[in-house]
Amino acid sequence: MGRASSKEDAGTLFHSLRSAYAATPLNLKIIDLYVGFSIFTALIQVVYMAIVGSFPFNSFLSGVLSCVGTAVLAVCLRIQVNKENKEFKDLPPERAFADFVLCNLVLHLVIMNFLG
Amino acid sequence: MLADICTRCLTAKTSPQKGRISLTFTEMARSLAGFLVLVLVVSICEGASLFQPISDSHRSAALELFTLDHGSFESLEETYEALRTFQILGMEKKPDVTAAACRSISETVGSSSSTPKDLFYALKANSIAECKIHEKASKGIISSLNAAVRGASSLLDFYYSVGGLVLIKDQNSKDDIHLVDAEGVFRSVKAFSQSDGRWRYSSNNPESSAFAAGIALETLAGIVSLASSELDQSLINTLKNDISKLFDSIEKYDDGTLYFNDKLVDGHEYQGPLSTTSSVLRGLTAFAAVTTGNLNLPGDKILGLAKFFLGIGVPGDAKDFFYQIDALACLESNRVPIPLILSLPSTVLSLTKKDSLKVRVTTVFGSNAPPLAVKLVGAFSSRSKDASLVEIQELKFDQVSGLHILNDLPESIDVGSYTFVFEVVLQEAEDEMVYVTGSQTKVSIFVTGLIKIENSEIVILDNDLGSIESQKKLDLAGKNAASLLANHLQKLRLSFQLTTPRGHAFKPHQAFLKLRHESEVEHIFVVGNSGKQFELVLNFLGLVEKFFYLSGKYDMELTVGDAAMENSLLVAIGHIELDLPEAPEKAPRPPPQPVDPYSRYGPKAEITHIFRAPEKRPPQELSLAFLGLTILPLLGFLIGLVRLGVNMKNFPTKPVPATFGVLFHLGIGAVLLLYVFFWLKLDLFQTLKMLGFLGVFLVFVGHGVLSHLAAASAKLKSA
Repeated sequence: MGRASSKEDAGTLFHSLRSAYAATPLNLKIIDLYVGFSIFTALIQVVYMAIVGSFPFNSFLSGVLSCVGTAVLAVCLRIQVNKENKEFKDLPPERAFADFVLCNLVLHLVIMNFLG
Repeated sequence: MLADICTRCLTAKTSPQKGRISLTFTEMARSLAGFLVLVLVVSICEGASLFQPISDSHRSAALELFTLDHGSFESLEETYEALRTFQILGMEKKPDVTAAACRSISETVGSSSSTPKDLFYALKANSIAECKIHEKASKGIISSLNAAVRGASSLLDFYYSVGGLVLIKDQNSKDDIHLVDAEGVFRSVKAFSQSDGRWRYSSNNPESSAFAAGIALETLAGIVSLASSELDQSLINTLKNDISKLFDSIEKYDDGTLYFNDKLVDGHEYQGPLSTTSSVLRGLTAFAAVTTGNLNLPGDKILGLAKFFLGIGVPGDAKDFFYQIDALACLESNRVPIPLILSLPSTVLSLTKKDSLKVRVTTVFGSNAPPLAVKLVGAFSSRSKDASLVEIQELKFDQVSGLHILNDLPESIDVGSYTFVFEVVLQEAEDEMVYVTGSQTKVSIFVTGLIKIENSEIVILDNDLGSIESQKKLDLAGKNAASLLANHLQKLRLSFQLTTPRGHAFKPHQAFLKLRHESEVEHIFVVGNSGKQFELVLNFLGLVEKFFYLSGKYDMELTVGDAAMENSLLVAIGHIELDLPEAPEKAPRPPPQPVDPYSRYGPKAEITHIFRAPEKRPPQELSLAFLGLTILPLLGFLIGLVRLGVNMKNFPTKPVPATFGVLFHLGIGAVLLLYVFFWLKLDLFQTLKMLGFLGVFLVFVGHGVLSHLAAASAKLKSA
């Protein structure tokens, strides 16, 4: 009986999450999609490394950290752009976006250097 | 013992109340005996050296040393020395040498600017070369020399001028040359003498030397011969005193040779012992020639001087050669007692070959001695230092060869090193005055012989019982190939007997057995002896560790050797198979054998470089597949964007911000393209440079478009 109820609870939880998520603004959804994409790319690289071995290790790190880094920066952007976040009320979203672009460019310079 | 007596005397003196010193008779006898023993030991210890008379090796050396340099000698002095040496050694006059000498002599004699020194040596050389001198020239010489005598102030001035006059008097039979004031000249020269028998060179120079004494004696002898009337005998007697005082200053080497030497004060003036002694002898002989009566020179001192000159051997320098030969010629000149030298053609005698002891007695130049007998008065070895091993016996004289021979060595002389003592006895009484032989001559003799090696055998014994396991007789004179087997519980015994030709026991310097393993590790054992029997016992049980537990074949080699042994041997006896137990963990390893020295410097083994194996790379298809897989999320992102319904509504419409916007996106694209180039071919510095430019551009346009957008949204919010 407990199991059946937990199953039902899981289903209800999932539906409510889905509907709540539909209410988020578009720009946040775009950022979430971006984060998902980059993490997925990282996962594919890890699977590849698991198959063929870690030579050359620097390239592997470079690739994975690029994805992870850009995901992290996107998360930061999401936090700063989110209107419900009272902490960043005074920060214009264009400014946050400019920071995101700049940090990404620096990250990718380092990544390209380390790629070898 | 002497010290004991001395202290006794001293204490007795300080305490007179004790009464007279009374050493008992026995004490005195004991002290004297001890002193005599000391003297005897010292005399035995004194070097027993051998002096050889002048021989043909000297003659050939003279030919080599006295050579003409560009057709003439360097100076008249050297010309004279060469001529005199050839004359003394009895070598015939070489025409080129004589011609060269005559040339320089006539040159010097003819020139009016020649110094007395040049004239002196020219005339000396002429006395041997016998070149003709013109009448006018000789008259000129005589007058210049006389003037030189009158004006002489130093010893050398007198020497050259007086000497020149003596020489020209001998060569020129016509004129009767005399010294004007002979006694005055004599006294002026005598004024340079000193109380110790030495002479000074001049009145200014306080240094005296024996070399100058020799020169002075020659000069004074010349004055005596040139004097027209008899000189005062007292003057000559004082000279004889001076000579004996000079002989008091004679010095001695350990081997009994005597010489005159001066103190080294000034390097320039110093003449070594050879030239000093030679000069003194020359002066002595010259003086003895002009005086009547005996100089009473001690005979043993003359012999000591002769030995000094002979002890030099063959000098390597022309001047030293001249001094030696000239001095020895003075000793043969009959003015002083003629020394007789005892020499042996060979000091190594072989008992087995029955060599006889041969002794030769000659003058210093090797000419025959008067009738005499040579006696062997004693033979001493290191074992019997005091007692002679032989009784006094006379050696037989062989007329044909001129040698005194002792045909068979006495029975008491076995192999080894001995000191033989000889005594020379002149047979005619009048010869005692003319010749001097010395008291006793000691000579080191070395006797060798074939040593008999007998009863040589090698045996393997069982350790506990001592029973013989295997036995092999060895023939140490011939080839041996003994092949033995042993294990570590057994013993090896090598034995042989050594006997001298006289039948006594003999202990050689070397008696070794060497065992060499196949791996070149060697072990050497000394064979000990008791009397004639030599025996070596190797107990393998105790030697296991010394052999480093190496089992296998060992080559055996025996060495028996000594200087007195004519048949010293180094023979391979054979080999022995040793069975030793296994080495325990902590056993010492045998030392590394020396590497062949030539291989160390030869080419080394070639090194082939092993390159690092390249890492295994995955197959290309797999990599490409995953490249495709990586693109998938990007596609997913784009599709998601489309599904979400993204639009470009917020893109600015006004031209300026629009351009900024376009340029912003283009700038980002350019930066990403730059990164691709960076990965492909650029290096970091180039990239950073480009990035600097692009970055500045991007900041401008970005700022432009974003500020426009921000203004627009702010307006919208406020509105």
